[in-house]
Amino acid sequence: MATQHSRSAARLMMAPAVFLLLVWMLVPLSLTLIFSFKKFLPLRGDQIESGWDWVTFFPSLDWVGFANYGRFVSSSAFWPAVSTTLILVGGVLIVTVVFGILLAILLNQPMWGQGFVRILVIAPFFVMPTVSALVWKNMFMDPNNGLFSHLWRFFGAEPISFLSEAAMPSIILIVSWQWLPFATLILLTAIQSLDGEQLEAAEMDGAPVLKRFWYIILPHLGRAITIVILIQTIFLLAIFAEIFVTTGGAFGTRTLSYLIFQRVLESQNVGLGSAGGVYAIILANIVAIFLMRIVGKNLDA
Amino acid sequence: MGQIQLNQVTKSFGDVQVIPPLDLTIEDGEFCVFVGPSGCGKSTLLRLIAGLEDVSSGHIAINGKDATMTPPAKRGLAMVFQSYALYPHMTVRKNIAFPMKMAGMSEDEQKRRIDAAATALNLTDYLDRKPGQLSGGQRQRVAIGRSIVREPDAFLFDEPLSNLDAALRVGMRLEISELHERLQTTMIYVTHDQVEAMTMADKIVVLRSGYIEQVGSPLDLYHAPRNKFVAGFIGSPKMNLIEGPEAAKHEAHTIGIRPEHIDVSKTEGTWKGVVGVAEHLGSDTFIHVHDTGLADMITVRIIGDIEAKHGDTVYLTPQLDQMHRFDDKGLRIA
Ligand SMILES: Nc1ncnc2c1ncn2[C@@H]1O[C@H](COP(=O)(O)OP(=O)(O)OP(=O)(O)O)[C@@H](O)[C@H]1O
Ligand SMILES: [Mg+2]
Repeated sequence: MATQHSRSAARLMMAPAVFLLLVWMLVPLSLTLIFSFKKFLPLRGDQIESGWDWVTFFPSLDWVGFANYGRFVSSSAFWPAVSTTLILVGGVLIVTVVFGILLAILLNQPMWGQGFVRILVIAPFFVMPTVSALVWKNMFMDPNNGLFSHLWRFFGAEPISFLSEAAMPSIILIVSWQWLPFATLILLTAIQSLDGEQLEAAEMDGAPVLKRFWYIILPHLGRAITIVILIQTIFLLAIFAEIFVTTGGAFGTRTLSYLIFQRVLESQNVGLGSAGGVYAIILANIVAIFLMRIVGKNLDA
Repeated sequence: MGQIQLNQVTKSFGDVQVIPPLDLTIEDGEFCVFVGPSGCGKSTLLRLIAGLEDVSSGHIAINGKDATMTPPAKRGLAMVFQSYALYPHMTVRKNIAFPMKMAGMSEDEQKRRIDAAATALNLTDYLDRKPGQLSGGQRQRVAIGRSIVREPDAFLFDEPLSNLDAALRVGMRLEISELHERLQTTMIYVTHDQVEAMTMADKIVVLRSGYIEQVGSPLDLYHAPRNKFVAGFIGSPKMNLIEGPEAAKHEAHTIGIRPEHIDVSKTEGTWKGVVGVAEHLGSDTFIHVHDTGLADMITVRIIGDIEAKHGDTVYLTPQLDQMHRFDDKGLRIA
């Protein structure tokens, strides 16, 4: 599509950005890799006598081979953390995509106060994760004074302590609430680009409302749904604040990223945490490849 | 069967009445064309018949039965849209099968009808392609294919050819006419192209801002336009309309004479003028004559070629028996 000349000019102009990006990503990545092969326990003071390493700008530490990797996987917390992560990501994806589609269809109907309602729907996206998790924890899910407890009592039921008795569903609810606006917004713009004549043609062809949704609207949204799923997955794999302020990783809510946090900061084992980080990268790639296989074919249609 | 009757039908969008009370009957098997300038309500009228818009008042009857409140799918009509409205994620085969699938037809019957339609419309080689991989004319044929497999009582076309280039348009025009000859099904066809209207229609309905100006066969409209608007709209090039003393000579407010009904001479004639632009088409020549003192410009059509260039003086003689006379309200004087 371009001439030889314009291609090389483009390369020249992109070079600084590419360079910056590489440095930006390569430095932390290679540090993580290096630490994951070392014994690094800062609080034990073992770096003091070991001198300075000019490659990593950190104290020279002992190479320990794959010991950290072995320890991280053999820990009894590893596989539960992986499955918790997958359940959290999967749950939030299902909730946000399903409700995102419903909300997008609703918001696309001509109705009174449309602009205002749209802003309301987008609002949760602007609330910081820590704040929203705290609001949910104290305002809605508090077993004594939360709104849900009042609701439960109103219907004569015994209020439950959501964040301990139903910890995973509660966290999925909180995270979904935050990501629903994103999904809705992308799906809404996709729905708005649907040619109205196609729906009218389907109506004349004898397709009732639900079939029009299934055969016309849903395939039209395919690409947007793919994008929502891929982007959200990237961010959801790293969910942290919501777990930190609500359950602190207890009651079966310890995800891989939370486990890494505990290893690095609570047990002050940087090497072990770095190995976990590498596992997280591998998991993210597996999930991404898996998702691309299922939904990615929508992208090149 | 496919008789459609509109009875005092009106349509308003908010306060704006787009279709004032309107009566119209389209007979079974007729090829009926709605023509009119842009924004006159042709599409709206078609969508009212299809059921895609609700009438504001009045009644629509299909095959003698009241269908005013019948949903579009139950009216037994098929529509071909200007944008074709094909389903982009389905193959041509699935597009054509869609209405049959919705009707719950058996797979065998679906396949039989798809093959028949594909053969009739030259689509056999494209059945497994997606609409995005087809040319405009092929897409148009798929849209027609999707509508014929249902064997509807009537077809509705909304400017189906306006996205095609001129050559393709002529071809598709013939194909649609042939389809009508073969199926003998009622067709309602919206266009703003009066050539399409003249060549395809059994009956033309000329609309202006929602009002029906005249209903009739193409030749009725050509030979006896009911008013100045129809006179100017039907026929190409346009009829010359002349007011003032020249019209008074014929006891009319306005006289109209079609370009093909004026004789040209270099030496003598009723009106004298100067040639402006001469358009040589080979088979015909259109000459635009200025400075006649009658109207800004008089257009003349001559069969064959004629020596005429910019600045030549010519004499024009109207064929008096082909002259149309209109009164001061623009209505035809018999
Ligand atoms: N949904 C709508 N809301 C308000 N006004 C409308 C609507 N649809 C059509 N109109 C108006 O109704 C009038 C007739 O529109 P219509 O589409 O029937 O014209 P048309 O004859 O098909 O014109 P064209 O040849 O350009 O397609 C126009 O003045 C248009 O602005
Ligand atoms: Mg129109």
